[in-house]
Amino acid sequence: MTDRTRIFDIVTEQIEPFNKKGIALGDDTSFAGDLEWDSLTVMDFVAAIEDEFDITITMNMQAEIETIGQLVDAVGRLKG
Amino acid sequence: MTDAASTANDAHTPAEVPAARDLFSKFDALIAERQALLDTGVRDPFSIVMDEVKSPTLAVIKGKETILLGTYNYMGMTFDPDVIQAGKDALDRFGAGTTGSRVLNGTYQGHREVEEALKEFYGTRHAMVFSTGYQANLGMISTIAGKGDYVILDADSHASIYDGCFLGDAEVIRFRHNNVEDLDKRLGRLPKDAQKLVVLEGVYSMLGDIAPLPAMVAAIRKHPNCMILCDEAHGMGFFGEHGRGVFEEQGVSDDIDFVVGTFSKSVGTVGGFCVSNHPKFEVLRLVCRPYVFTASLPPSVVATAATSIRKLMHAGNKRAHLWENSRILHGGLKALGFTLGSETPQSAIIAVILTDQTQAVAMWQALLELGLYVNMARPPATPAGMYLLRCSLCADHSAEQVQQILAMFEQAGKAVGAIG
Repeated sequence: MTDRTRIFDIVTEQIEPFNKKGIALGDDTSFAGDLEWDSLTVMDFVAAIEDEFDITITMNMQAEIETIGQLVDAVGRLKG
Repeated sequence: MTDAASTANDAHTPAEVPAARDLFSKFDALIAERQALLDTGVRDPFSIVMDEVKSPTLAVIKGKETILLGTYNYMGMTFDPDVIQAGKDALDRFGAGTTGSRVLNGTYQGHREVEEALKEFYGTRHAMVFSTGYQANLGMISTIAGKGDYVILDADSHASIYDGCFLGDAEVIRFRHNNVEDLDKRLGRLPKDAQKLVVLEGVYSMLGDIAPLPAMVAAIRKHPNCMILCDEAHGMGFFGEHGRGVFEEQGVSDDIDFVVGTFSKSVGTVGGFCVSNHPKFEVLRLVCRPYVFTASLPPSVVATAATSIRKLMHAGNKRAHLWENSRILHGGLKALGFTLGSETPQSAIIAVILTDQTQAVAMWQALLELGLYVNMARPPATPAGMYLLRCSLCADHSAEQVQQILAMFEQAGKAVGAIG
């Protein structure tokens, strides 16, 4: 299992409790459009991801992250 | 055609084009939501006009005498005779406005005097007055936290704090509201040698809860290169021995590097400020854009502020009465069965939590018709998507008025089904 697959699995596992519509999750799934999250849900979720990987995702970075794939790549970079 | 669908009828966006889009199209959802609400026949909570203001606690709205429970006039200074006289004298002596920046022609003797009053009130070496409280946060945060620095803020921070972050170039990190462990953890992940500004508020204005400042300061001090800014907009005047704010009451004065505040709450006029003991503080007057590139406060405003601040130093009785009002209203609303924003009365703000927008507006309107004005607050201003009726007390509310307020809440609450 590659590092990216492992991060993807952990990220999607963290998304599940907030995935109220039960949609299929892929790299292109967007937080605002597909998951229909409001800014507060995003904030809670980002905090959970930060704690899970022990990384800092600044608000400046969050503005650039719209999809699961982009988040997985960002986590990979920040952990590296 | 409804407002939501229409666009400006000019050369750029011809009205004849179906579903024409322009820069305002992004507001269509909000326009439609608001129209749907108003179509149910309710009054608009965001366009109330005070036709006459009789005192800090009484106004006339659409011909009806109304008790004010939604102002930030905590200490009732707006109609203080000494304050009003100081304003009139300054208007006569110095004119209606300065028409200039603080750093050019806009600093009069009165601006210096109000900064002296602030230094005395806070016991600090420096004080800098801005044109509003919003600009004070905007200016302080965007100026001192620059590229490569970090701002760490509470998720429930006021819009002016967020906007200060957006105006600056620093990296911005949020921690969960009032969560000491979350703050500690996030600071621990940042580079040790990076410069950091932690922004806290004494009182959080939506729910009226206060920050656990000693625990937060202790967590921050475990990490190197941190400065602390505390916004005391809703704490000045009645927290602590000298009325400086929550940070004074909780005994952490020596640990707060910058206190930001406003004249538009307990002081009773308009304006903002920052006080500090930092030895290089005065340089901010040259580099802080929201201080430099705007007109200074009118002479009458700074004169009323200076007089009010000096009177607030000796307002022990008023403070005691304000706290008594807060305790009685909080206890009374709780006994009636309302859900409140804080378990105990922590400040002069008491937030009544309603289930949704329909119930909040119905309750707000029922209270207004009974003769009581409160603030309605909705997302995104509120945390966790809540709909609130925010009550803010004044030291000038009489004990009888507080009982009248409780009676009106009971009647309105039963009428709209918010309580049983």
